[in-house]
Amino acid sequence: MSYYFTILSPTDTPLFNIAFGTSKGGGDGIARFRFPDTAQYMNQFIIHSSLDIVEEAQWTNGGMYLKHIDTYPPAAAYISAFLTPSGARFLLLHQPPQLPSATPTGSSSLLNASGSATRASSNSIAANPTSPQTEEAVRQFMNEVYDTYVKTSMSPFYKQGMEIRSPVFRGRVTAAGKKWL
Amino acid sequence: MSAPPRHSAVMSISNAGPPQSASTDKPQTPQQAQTPTQPMSGLRVPSNRKTIYDRHLNRSRNAELSRASFAFLFAEMVTYAQRRVTGIQDLEKRLNEQGYPLGLRLLDLLFYRSTSTSSSALSSSSTSSSPPNRPLRIITLLHLIHGPLWRLLFQRAADALEHSVSADTPNEYMITDNDPLVNTYISVPREMSMLNCAAFVAGIIEGVCDGCGFEAKVSAHNQPSEMWPSRTVFLLRFGDSVMEREKVLERAGVK
Repeated sequence: MSYYFTILSPTDTPLFNIAFGTSKGGGDGIARFRFPDTAQYMNQFIIHSSLDIVEEAQWTNGGMYLKHIDTYPPAAAYISAFLTPSGARFLLLHQPPQLPSATPTGSSSLLNASGSATRASSNSIAANPTSPQTEEAVRQFMNEVYDTYVKTSMSPFYKQGMEIRSPVFRGRVTAAGKKWL
Repeated sequence: MSAPPRHSAVMSISNAGPPQSASTDKPQTPQQAQTPTQPMSGLRVPSNRKTIYDRHLNRSRNAELSRASFAFLFAEMVTYAQRRVTGIQDLEKRLNEQGYPLGLRLLDLLFYRSTSTSSSALSSSSTSSSPPNRPLRIITLLHLIHGPLWRLLFQRAADALEHSVSADTPNEYMITDNDPLVNTYISVPREMSMLNCAAFVAGIIEGVCDGCGFEAKVSAHNQPSEMWPSRTVFLLRFGDSVMEREKVLERAGVK
């Protein structure tokens, strides 16, 4: 499972983004998207295209966590959204690993290892991006990031709409990703 | 009321400070100078190695600020805003602008605190702690300002919440505070009797409204009564886009 997380200001300015992979089920925490490394802008493209749906859902659902709101089937990308009361948008793109292509490469070299890996991933949150367990894990992740975000916004040197550059913030988000996703 | 937390804060600072430097004065200083630069280059960490991310946001939840220091600070803010202003309106605008970013922040803090309390209260029974909803309709937003926001700022709810009776201005709402804390120690000269320094609070309200996605203009007006000489009315004027959306949401049955 690979993740791309981004924070957008109420005026759609990107404030923060990070790409990471799953750490559950023996994952190494490195993002492996289905796009080649030269096409990583696709993540941003897909995430930003879901903003219309976020803005629609924003006024019908009063919760802060809007759950899974959008899917981009060609890339099997699932997008979950979280809205802070002051209008910042947290968007998480998650992409399950490409199982069909992973199995042949695994079977050619290490049959046992690939078998155990698939079993591990089938009951992990990676396999079912829309399952309640995934929703819950993403919710926990979002809440933890929200906690950190509020601390940032409370800083007298931070104005709303400024890019978040703090390495401590990045570390916190990475830790939250490791913990829940 | 304000004395104990302040006192304890001073105590903890004085406890943390001198013993460290007194006991190991010489080895401590070079260490402190080196350690912050080693782990993360370019990032300067306070000497106690605690960034704002290490502090819990609910720590200062019940702590109170001394009223005297607030009065002093606020008087300075008014004086600062008063420099090079052209008139009362300009002064009020500046005070409003000082309050606005505060409103945006308070909004996040308010929700954060109400979420974390509800979750801690429910943590033993169930995991389904439902955080409060973002306000979608004007009335919910106004109740949020009138109740929780006012309590967060002044430890009591506002005194009245009214809707404009005139049919021409359905977008006007009024929140009344009989004795605004910010004006307690402000004496306005006779020739500036129109001035109301609660424009600062109006700015906070405006920040909260804007943050929630309700474009609004908020102003503070003096409306003294016999019982409450410093009674202040905050007039909220919502923008056309908000009123339009309000109608759509009403039809859709969103609460």
